[in-house]
Amino acid sequence: MAELGDLYQDIILEHSKRPRNYRTLEAANRKAEGFNPLCGDHFTVYLEIGDGQIRDISFQGSGCAISKASASMMTQALKGKRTEEAEELFQKFHQVVTGKNGTESHDLGKLEAFAGVSEYPVRVKCATLAWHALRAALQGEQLAVSTE
Amino acid sequence: MTPAANTAFRPQAAVQPDFDVHKVRTDFPILARKIHNKPLVYLDNAATTQKPQAVVDALIYYYTAQNSNIHRGVHTLSEEATASYEESRATVQRFLNAADIREIIFVRGATEGINLVAQTWGRANIRSGDEIVISAMEHHSNIVPWQILCEQHGANLRVAPVNDAGELLFDEFEKLLGPKTKLVAMSHVSNALGTVNPVRKIVEAARRVNARVLLDGAQAVPHMPVDVRAIDCDFYAFSGHKIYAPTGIGILYGKAELLEAMPPYQGGGDMISSVTFEKTLYNRLPYKFEAGTPHVSGAIGLGVALDYVNSVGLDRIARHEKQVLAYGTRRLLEIPGLRLVGTAKEKEGILSFVLEGIHPHDVGTILDQEGIAIRTGHHCAQPLMERFGVPATARASLGLYNTVEEMDALARGIEKVREVFA
Repeated sequence: MAELGDLYQDIILEHSKRPRNYRTLEAANRKAEGFNPLCGDHFTVYLEIGDGQIRDISFQGSGCAISKASASMMTQALKGKRTEEAEELFQKFHQVVTGKNGTESHDLGKLEAFAGVSEYPVRVKCATLAWHALRAALQGEQLAVSTE
Repeated sequence: MTPAANTAFRPQAAVQPDFDVHKVRTDFPILARKIHNKPLVYLDNAATTQKPQAVVDALIYYYTAQNSNIHRGVHTLSEEATASYEESRATVQRFLNAADIREIIFVRGATEGINLVAQTWGRANIRSGDEIVISAMEHHSNIVPWQILCEQHGANLRVAPVNDAGELLFDEFEKLLGPKTKLVAMSHVSNALGTVNPVRKIVEAARRVNARVLLDGAQAVPHMPVDVRAIDCDFYAFSGHKIYAPTGIGILYGKAELLEAMPPYQGGGDMISSVTFEKTLYNRLPYKFEAGTPHVSGAIGLGVALDYVNSVGLDRIARHEKQVLAYGTRRLLEIPGLRLVGTAKEKEGILSFVLEGIHPHDVGTILDQEGIAIRTGHHCAQPLMERFGVPATARASLGLYNTVEEMDALARGIEKVREVFA
């Protein structure tokens, strides 16, 4: 049986209370919104990209503990990464939260804290909301993306 | 007050000797289930209710012994199925105290009932510049069909506001009524707040400007006796699954003279009396609005569910639910950082709440681990959530089988949520 602590790991609770990079980004040259119409969660992800590298990244918005912590830890993991690496990380993160590829390690570091989400299928959308917005921003889309 | 101090308030069973909730609970087999090794505490009745054994048995009996198509066959099974189906219609007629059995139309649910009125009565009667008045507490199903209709005909939707308790501001509502008002469409009871609207007064106000009135009764019929003739509304819609019947079946009541004059909703079998390629004659009421093979088992299940509710007694159910609601309200208000959304004086069994600094989704997940089922989200009432400045709420909603002990379990569960996020 899934234990509550698997989902609400300390690091997730901590990030949900004190989200990092939680601001708008003056120098942003890409941004995209993520919206979950079912629960009203709504985030905007800002990117400053130069020479194929994420020079800076931030987010703002409102949502549950899982979606907010995921957005916060995503910004930490991606700052300074190349855009191809960001896409790769998106794929790995998605596999972890959906429980694909079993228990094999994904070299995700702190983001592996989200592995517990795979036991709560309805919360996968929460964990991936900011990531979908990130992807839309990377692809240069300005429209709101939805996880529905 | 500490949470431990409140048991003194707990209503005693002796308060209502003619209603034994623990006996009622044995009629609902699902309530014996364990969720995450805890007894199920089912508090999502405004989303859908659980089904008594009698309804489950009726479905099994129908498919085991009676299944066939209705209104067509000359064989025994068809005759039996038709009789059961029409018997359910008569049960619904008595349940709503409708004047005429032809006024009871089987639909998929309240949503379809409202859409039917919008696309038949509305199509025939709404003109450019006309106005339809709704309230700020409507479910999306009593907003969007009118938006679609207004767009089709160049009409305007007007919205009566609510106060901070979630009560209709009646004076403001009356100010919206005028010669352009053709229809007032309002919930009898709000699904997100539990507010009971003064439907009799709403109808009287609408009559003064010759407007028709549709009431969305989805959240009313499970909790109080409803008499459509006493209310004198023109249309009344409800869903079976919110009153212990199967999903996919519901009722639209309409006054016969209005239904007679309305164009049909969908075309097909059963709604016609004769078809040629040149001209089709429509069937008489209520069949004119029941195209295609209907949800026969659902209709039969609805009849059985209403018989069950009647056997327990709606007055007793209402009294019991009010006690549980009053106790639950008191327990929840003791929890620091908890705000109730919807505190109307006239209220049915809904406890919609937000916890400071904690998102309703997280509340729902943690309560589920305690075996407690509630709804989290905007409850298909986004404009209302906006009115109260919240993106979503957590909502515990009551049915006839809920107990004061379950309100204690809910309060304990919420304390657990606060511990996780402390």
